[in-house]
Amino acid sequence: MTKKIALTQVEGRSSGWYGLLVLFGTVILAGLGSTWYMEHNGHWVTGMNNQIVWGMPHVFAVFLIVAASGALNVASISSVFGRNVYKPLAPLSALLSISLLAGGLAVLVLDLGRPDRLIVAMTHYNFKSIFAWNIYLYTGFFVIVGVYMWMMLEKKMNRHTKTAGLVAFLWRLALTTGTGSIFGFLVARQAYDAAIMAPMFIIMSFAYGLAIFILVIKFSYTWLGRPIGAYVCLRQRNLLRVFLAAMLYFVAVYHLTNLYATEHHGVERFILLEGGIFTALFWIGQIMIGGIIPLVLMFHPATSESRIALRIAAFMVIIGGICQMYVTIIGGQAYPLVLFPGMEVSSSFFDGQINSYTPTLAEIVLGVSGIAIALVLVLIVVKFLKILPASLADSAFDPNYVEPVIHPTDDEAPETA
Amino acid sequence: MTDKAVQSETGTSGEGCGGAMSRRGFLGISAAATAITLAPGVTLISPAAAKPADQAASPKVRWGMLVDVTKCADGCDDCVVACAKENGLKSHNRPETDAQWIRKVTLIDKANGFTKTLPVMCQHCAHPPCVDVCPTGASFKRPDGIVLVDKHICIGCRYCMMACPYKARNFVHEDTRGQKPHAPRGKGTVESCTLCVHRVDEGGSPACVEACSKGSGALMFGDIADPNSAISQEIAKYGAARIRADLGLDTGVAYRGL
Repeated sequence: MTKKIALTQVEGRSSGWYGLLVLFGTVILAGLGSTWYMEHNGHWVTGMNNQIVWGMPHVFAVFLIVAASGALNVASISSVFGRNVYKPLAPLSALLSISLLAGGLAVLVLDLGRPDRLIVAMTHYNFKSIFAWNIYLYTGFFVIVGVYMWMMLEKKMNRHTKTAGLVAFLWRLALTTGTGSIFGFLVARQAYDAAIMAPMFIIMSFAYGLAIFILVIKFSYTWLGRPIGAYVCLRQRNLLRVFLAAMLYFVAVYHLTNLYATEHHGVERFILLEGGIFTALFWIGQIMIGGIIPLVLMFHPATSESRIALRIAAFMVIIGGICQMYVTIIGGQAYPLVLFPGMEVSSSFFDGQINSYTPTLAEIVLGVSGIAIALVLVLIVVKFLKILPASLADSAFDPNYVEPVIHPTDDEAPETA
Repeated sequence: MTDKAVQSETGTSGEGCGGAMSRRGFLGISAAATAITLAPGVTLISPAAAKPADQAASPKVRWGMLVDVTKCADGCDDCVVACAKENGLKSHNRPETDAQWIRKVTLIDKANGFTKTLPVMCQHCAHPPCVDVCPTGASFKRPDGIVLVDKHICIGCRYCMMACPYKARNFVHEDTRGQKPHAPRGKGTVESCTLCVHRVDEGGSPACVEACSKGSGALMFGDIADPNSAISQEIAKYGAARIRADLGLDTGVAYRGL
């Protein structure tokens, strides 16, 4: 049996739509204001310094970039792995991934010491730099996923969807490998310099991106008054369970490997035991809130079927993801570089000291504005393109479905939102 | 042996902290340096003392520095002060963001409590991680081994600061005033020790080396690619260690007595 699930636009004239537009727009303006404040005065007004050179903006930016890749999961599973049940959700998955990447990159660029020189970054390349590769990987991602969306949404081009989906899938793996390698390639830092960081970031991207996707679906369908059936939720739950378990496995292997090498005992002791805020964020934020509790919620018989529990779990995964980025990025810098092993080191330049970092409001607002940029893009595009399936009800998502066909009909009246 | 090398290397052979070089000492060292030059008979024609402005840096030369940790005096920061003065680095009383191109580091051996002090600055690696990671190529290495930042194309991403094993790089966190024409700085860009390239290109030696030569005489500057240079001979005779030699970066700065 083949069912056609219509993709529709939202009307985008309701007070709710405009309300969200104003809300996200305000946060974006606040983010731009923060950038102006930081750039006008110089970065000394932030919590960043010569020790902690990447701060809160990078926590949000890298989280969004990693999640962007993961948000493409649903589309990849549909197009590459032939799970037709996900097909109607694939365009939203692609749109969300592009939007999250745009949000993350915007924050990254706006925090540069010289954001006005973005054109320099686009015209001068050092091809040995993983950053330079990433510039290609990011811009390529926009183009490839954009084309992929076109293949999905344009009926005449549907036959190319699988090929485009495969290219996008491979590209997103490369992209997250590149993002993880930003840290993995840093030979001198005790917390980084590990090849496992690239695959670990990939599995984290799966979890973070899916968690965001689950919440976007939930809020947009509740807002639109469209039904969501248990079937879609349970499928997403099953995926999130696997991704979270795999993520915890990678985190465990990363730390166990470090713990085996005596030279890394210092940094492990710092992150796992004595790092204050970093230790708390690791155990409570990353592991408990971002891993164990969501897994319990999704596995325990009392809550595993609950959609509310799934959404709580998804929200916790996002919180845990931001904690993980904080521990990885800030914690990795807070632990001092080891220039002289075996020596007690001190200087007026904070050698040998645990470096302190207190994020300022401007940095946090800039980071959060990246989320607003991602969401405002989704909000605008769903108004102009037929992205959202008319229904996610179980009747439409029959498990015995063989091949659902995406059918964006022109005569379908947009729903009022 | 070049005139420059003679100047630099004689400048580092001072007679202890605060001691002035006597005429006799100067003549003796000059003679020794000349002997080093003439003995092998092959270095009569070496790189010119001062590099003409329109001439590219020579790959035949590799400028480097030798720090004699045994001579570096505890509490002496002449090199740090000289560097800040030479390059127009001003403190804003914000130690966490104030620039320090060179800093004095104190080491206490955990096993036996032995204490030493030494300066750490950009190590001018032959394989600099900062150059590898820089997305735009703003971090670059001159053919003569000096690692610099092109302030015109630095976008302020700070990836080089993440990559440098020596914590040698600084981000300019505020507006800069009172800049020196030879050491341009820019808010939002990254900077580090230039090995006083402006002096080196004119046949001089870094400001820190010059300052130290008037005191401890712990710093020696010269061409480490020339086996006959005083610095190479000193390293060959007494040996020298590199900070984080395990990384295989082949630093231009070496330490004796580390």
